[in-house]
Amino acid sequence: MKVDLTVNGKDITADVEDRMLLVHFLRDVADLTATNVGCDTTSCGACTVLLDGESVKSCTVLAAQASGHDITTIEGLATNGEMHPVQRAFHQEHGLQCGFCTPGMVMAIVSLLKENPHPTEEQVRSGLEGNLCRCTGYHNIVRAALAAAEVSS
Amino acid sequence: MSILGTRVIRTEDPRLLTAGGVYVDDLRTPELDGAARLTFVRSPVAHARITGIDTSEAMSEPGVIAVLTVRDMDDLAPPPPDDGAGGGEGGPLPLGGPWSEPLLAVDTVRFVGEPVALVITDSRYQGEDAADLVSVDYEPLPAVVGPAAAVTDEALLFPAAGTNVAVTNPVSTDDTPFGACEVVVEQDIVNQRLACLPMEGRATAATFEGGKLTVWHSSQNAQLCRLILCGALGMTPDQIRVVVPDVGGGFGAKVGIDRDALVVAWAARKTGRALRWTETRSENLVGMTQGRAQLHHVKIGGNRDGKILAYRIEIIQDTGAYPRTGGFLPGLTCLMAPGVYDIPEVQAGFRVVVTNATPIHAYRGAGRPEAAAAIERAVDLFAAEIGMDPAEVRRRNFVAPDKFPFQTKTGALYDSGQYAEALDKVLAAAGYEELRKEQERRRASGDVRQLGIGVSTYVEITAADAAAGETAKLEVSDDGTATVYTGSSPHGQGHETAWAMLVQDELGIPMDKVTVIHGDTDLVPIGVGTHASRSLQLGGSAVQKAAIEVKDEARRQAADILEAAEADVVLDTVTGLWQVRGDPDTSLNWAQVAGHASGGSLIADVSFAADMPTFPFGAHVSVVEVDTETGKVTLLRHVTVDDAGPVLNPVLAEGQRHGGIAQGAAQALLEEVLYDADGNPLTSTLADYAAITAAELPSYELVESETPTTLNPLGVKGIGEAGTIGSTPAIQNAVVDAVAHLGVRHIDMPTTPQRVWTAINEARKASNQ
Repeated sequence: MKVDLTVNGKDITADVEDRMLLVHFLRDVADLTATNVGCDTTSCGACTVLLDGESVKSCTVLAAQASGHDITTIEGLATNGEMHPVQRAFHQEHGLQCGFCTPGMVMAIVSLLKENPHPTEEQVRSGLEGNLCRCTGYHNIVRAALAAAEVSS
Repeated sequence: MSILGTRVIRTEDPRLLTAGGVYVDDLRTPELDGAARLTFVRSPVAHARITGIDTSEAMSEPGVIAVLTVRDMDDLAPPPPDDGAGGGEGGPLPLGGPWSEPLLAVDTVRFVGEPVALVITDSRYQGEDAADLVSVDYEPLPAVVGPAAAVTDEALLFPAAGTNVAVTNPVSTDDTPFGACEVVVEQDIVNQRLACLPMEGRATAATFEGGKLTVWHSSQNAQLCRLILCGALGMTPDQIRVVVPDVGGGFGAKVGIDRDALVVAWAARKTGRALRWTETRSENLVGMTQGRAQLHHVKIGGNRDGKILAYRIEIIQDTGAYPRTGGFLPGLTCLMAPGVYDIPEVQAGFRVVVTNATPIHAYRGAGRPEAAAAIERAVDLFAAEIGMDPAEVRRRNFVAPDKFPFQTKTGALYDSGQYAEALDKVLAAAGYEELRKEQERRRASGDVRQLGIGVSTYVEITAADAAAGETAKLEVSDDGTATVYTGSSPHGQGHETAWAMLVQDELGIPMDKVTVIHGDTDLVPIGVGTHASRSLQLGGSAVQKAAIEVKDEARRQAADILEAAEADVVLDTVTGLWQVRGDPDTSLNWAQVAGHASGGSLIADVSFAADMPTFPFGAHVSVVEVDTETGKVTLLRHVTVDDAGPVLNPVLAEGQRHGGIAQGAAQALLEEVLYDADGNPLTSTLADYAAITAAELPSYELVESETPTTLNPLGVKGIGEAGTIGSTPAIQNAVVDAVAHLGVRHIDMPTTPQRVWTAINEARKASNQ
């Protein structure tokens, strides 16, 4: 079927299988490989992107369902070469090690801070329950989220 | 001032944060244009004979290029016989003989997830469809589920072996030392099976062109991959290139290359097609090697003054369906059995048994967390029995600081340690006395939410393979830049930052002019890799050694240009300029010095090996709250001293500790791979496996401590696994401590609400009788 998505501000039209997942559309059709697949049960959040500004797990959205919508991946987060405050905070606070969960984690935090610009540590932790990281023990991810909230305020 | 020891944020991150890493599935290299997808057909049963495989329906599916089974492996050495009789020695996977593991199942499957066949298709989704259509007939065999069942030998995985016990290292049964003790405590302890769970699962791509096999693989060591590929496929190193791109976590499960990935490489050679394989998480949770999986019986004896006199640990290692690591893991557990304590009599031994489950391999700590968990639980049991504070019992039994290097009863030689100091530091930072008072208040008031305080003190072995060393080649070019080729390839640890810091410190070439190359056997033919917390002490020392050699050669070149004696030529490592001592007008930069050398660059190609492994140590205090009505455990605080010698970059070292603590907490609180009575995995998705999240963890409180080793020039030990080794027993001890006053003396991990609730209620019932 024909789908028409706006990804990071760019229109992409393609003929895809009905069952194609949004994450595979992003990776294989749009050739944006930063968004990773970490599971097959919507549990890990590695594939988190923004759909019309709200975080979704792109392994649980069909490309067809996203047709006509705006998608933002981590590749589209920086503006004019300037990293987004959440990206910057991840760098400053060492919020990443292997980097595999990072794109999804960053997008989840961008969404979380939009909904709640001044979260407590506990709110950050419960807000990230759907995003797994195996390297950092979450310590510096939480610090990065709080630091980004501080900068944005 | 030296850059070493300062907080440098990572050079790796801007790329990972904006474009994302390039993991195997992300590769868009031209050689992989139009690559076909490989999908495995895996056993859905734990133990069965294969009576037939029908590939015809799958072959007729659209997009199917090939369906292959072990019968198609006619270009390889014959697979081991089905019953294990007379299997070949020296195969790619260890132990050989009757325990040999085929690449694809022959006539028997021995665990759910074992690869039986494969399909090659044009696209990803076609592969899943076609794999479903490969029809395999299974005739069930009795499943051996769990190590306790395995040792009965009622059903056998390898009939020709005549037993399920693959390796035995008998434990002493001499009870005399325990007979001399005032108090003896015994306990069965489960150290449960865990999923390693790197966020990127296994992934491989392969091409075979012009007689050369290229394999891209998510691994901790490219060169080891090549060695194993040579053995499995009957090729020579010059015929194989292994490339390890970004790796999304390893934790031991990506040491080398396993059978599934070897099959991908073989299939690329067989079909001549470029192939990609990226496993799903559901495959990963049955196919990737898992960790721990030991049963312990511990016996500890001592006197009422707190002095421990004898300790015994008997281990049954569940190694899963194939003994891929022989006796390696429980061997390390035995080596580290006495931990930080100077115990006059230590008895340790093990049996390795096969079961119809996913094979076991290294997982963060690999045998040492199991040793620490056992002795730390045993010390707490002993302390409870004699009614002494567990911190005090520890203090009375430590190896004293003046006894190093210390030869243990189990054969380890501890290089350096300050165990009492580590304990004192962590107790002070945690506010131990206050915590005990708060615990008393809650106990006295019968609070529903009881406080538990857990202590662990540990020592571990890092760079156990110190003698194998590590390689580094450093080239300074006539444009003034430096390139490091390292055999130690990272998967999140931050080698690129750390190695560049070492070069800047030694040569004054700024970090942003240092490029670090790793994980490509064409560029780095010899190397050992990243495992066993070995990287900085061996790989880092090698980089420093190469830098010193380059500096020596540069001095000769500079002296030649400046027409000065070598002894008078000095390098300012702040500016990166060479000059005649005291004469700034003679300044030469690295570009000029390198350009003067023949070939226009300065190169040092070195390796560094240490005489012995190092032994980091530390102490953890964990504070938990246990809801005595529901059994729910909340981890409130976790305070640690992890002493691995001087810290090169606190940002990186802290990150390693954080990640380690979380993985230890995961074992203590939540995670466990489970099977039903027929050997079906119950935790084969992330909806079922209780991977720990941010919501279940606090921020950690880290205390600094640096006790150097003399075994390498940097004075450093490994930090990668310490957090896990220390945190697991501290948290488990805290949970037991929270409910100890109710009569509970032990709760196995993971300390789930159900298990804690049951323990409380059984203790209450017992006290009412």
